[in-house]
Amino acid sequence: MRELLDDLDRWRAAGKRCVLGRVVGIEGSGPRDPGAAMAVNEEGEVVGSVSGGCVEGAVVAEALEMLHSNSDARVVTFGYSDDEAFAVGLTCGGTIHLFLQELTW
Amino acid sequence: MSLYDELARRLRAHTPTALAVVIDGPHAGATMLVSPGEPVLGGLGNDEITRVAARDTLGELEAGRTSTRHYGPQGQTTPEDLVDSPTVRVFIESFAPPPHMVIFGAVDFTSALARAAKLLGYRVTVCDARKVFATARRFPMADDIMVAWPDEVFLTQGRHLGPRDAVCILTHDPKFDVPAIQGALRTKVGYIGVMGSRKTHAKRMERLAEVGLHSDDLGRVMSPIGLDIGARTPEETAISICGEIIARRTGRTAQSLSATTGAIH
Repeated sequence: MRELLDDLDRWRAAGKRCVLGRVVGIEGSGPRDPGAAMAVNEEGEVVGSVSGGCVEGAVVAEALEMLHSNSDARVVTFGYSDDEAFAVGLTCGGTIHLFLQELTW
Repeated sequence: MSLYDELARRLRAHTPTALAVVIDGPHAGATMLVSPGEPVLGGLGNDEITRVAARDTLGELEAGRTSTRHYGPQGQTTPEDLVDSPTVRVFIESFAPPPHMVIFGAVDFTSALARAAKLLGYRVTVCDARKVFATARRFPMADDIMVAWPDEVFLTQGRHLGPRDAVCILTHDPKFDVPAIQGALRTKVGYIGVMGSRKTHAKRMERLAEVGLHSDDLGRVMSPIGLDIGARTPEETAISICGEIIARRTGRTAQSLSATTGAIH
C-alpha cells in the first residue's frame, strides 16, 4: 500500500475515482503475500501489483466495471482450479483472493 | 481529514498502524484504522464487532502480522457462537515500520549492499568512525549516515533492533569488528554478519574468545558473511549477503529449488 500513496494522492487531488485491490488470501503457491495491493483509476491507469502479472489485466477489467456500475466492495478469486468460472489463472497454479473496493474512505 | 489521508500520513511517518476492513458480511467495505495509544478511526459497521476487532487488530499489529479474522454478527469469537451463524470476515493488514539494516564500514561493498537492502525494503544506516568516508555523497541511497564508533551506534540504535533487522559488519578491521560484534550481540537483532577472508575470520574468532565471548554467543554471528555462491564483486557479494539474510529468516537451506522438493514459499 505504501508504494501506491503518491499516485493515490495525485488521483484523489484530481478528483478521479479509483478502486483498490488487495490480496486477502492465497492458497497453494502465490507470488504475492496478503496485503499486496494495486489501484486502478477511472481512466484505467494502474499502479502496484497483486501477482506476478498473471491476473492484473483481469483486475483492471473488474475494477472499471465496479466503478461503472457503482457496485459494492467484494472478494474476487482467481485460480487454476475452476476453469469455468474464471478465465484467468495464475501460472504458479495457486489461488488468489482479492478484495476490491472503491476508495471512498 | 479522511481515513485515507490519515493512513497515508501514518505510513509516511513510519508510525505503526493497521487497517481492518470487512471483506464479507454486512457492511462489506467498512474500514477502521488502529494505532497503539490512539483512538480507533472509522469502524466496521457494528459497535461490538468494531470493539472486538480493534482489540484483535492491535494484537496483530504488535506481531507485525496480516491476517483474516472471523466474527459472529455481534462480534462473537468463540467457535460455538460461530456455528450456524453468518460470519463477518475482517481482513487485518499491519503496517509495521520497515526492517532496519545497520552497516558498519563505509567501503565499496557498503554501497552495493545498501542498494540491495533498499531494494528489499530496508531502512539503511551506514556507520563509520572516519568522517571522510562516511558521507551522504558516497552513500546517497542510505537513509542515515552516522560518523561514530560502534559503541555510540549501539547506544542510540541498539534497543530498537529486533528479529526483522540486520547488522552487517564490513569493516574487516579488528578495531571496529570486535566492538561492533559485541554491541550487536547485546541486541535482539535477527541477523549479524561479519565480512572477512577465512584467515581474517579465524583471527577474529580468537580475538573474540579473548574478550570473553562464548561459542553460544558466536553461534549468532555469520562469519565470513554471505552465502557460498562464488561472489566476487561488491554487487555479487551484496546478493550473497541478502540471500543469507532471507534464508536465515525463513530457515531455508539456500540450495537450488531444482535440487529440492516441497513448498517454494
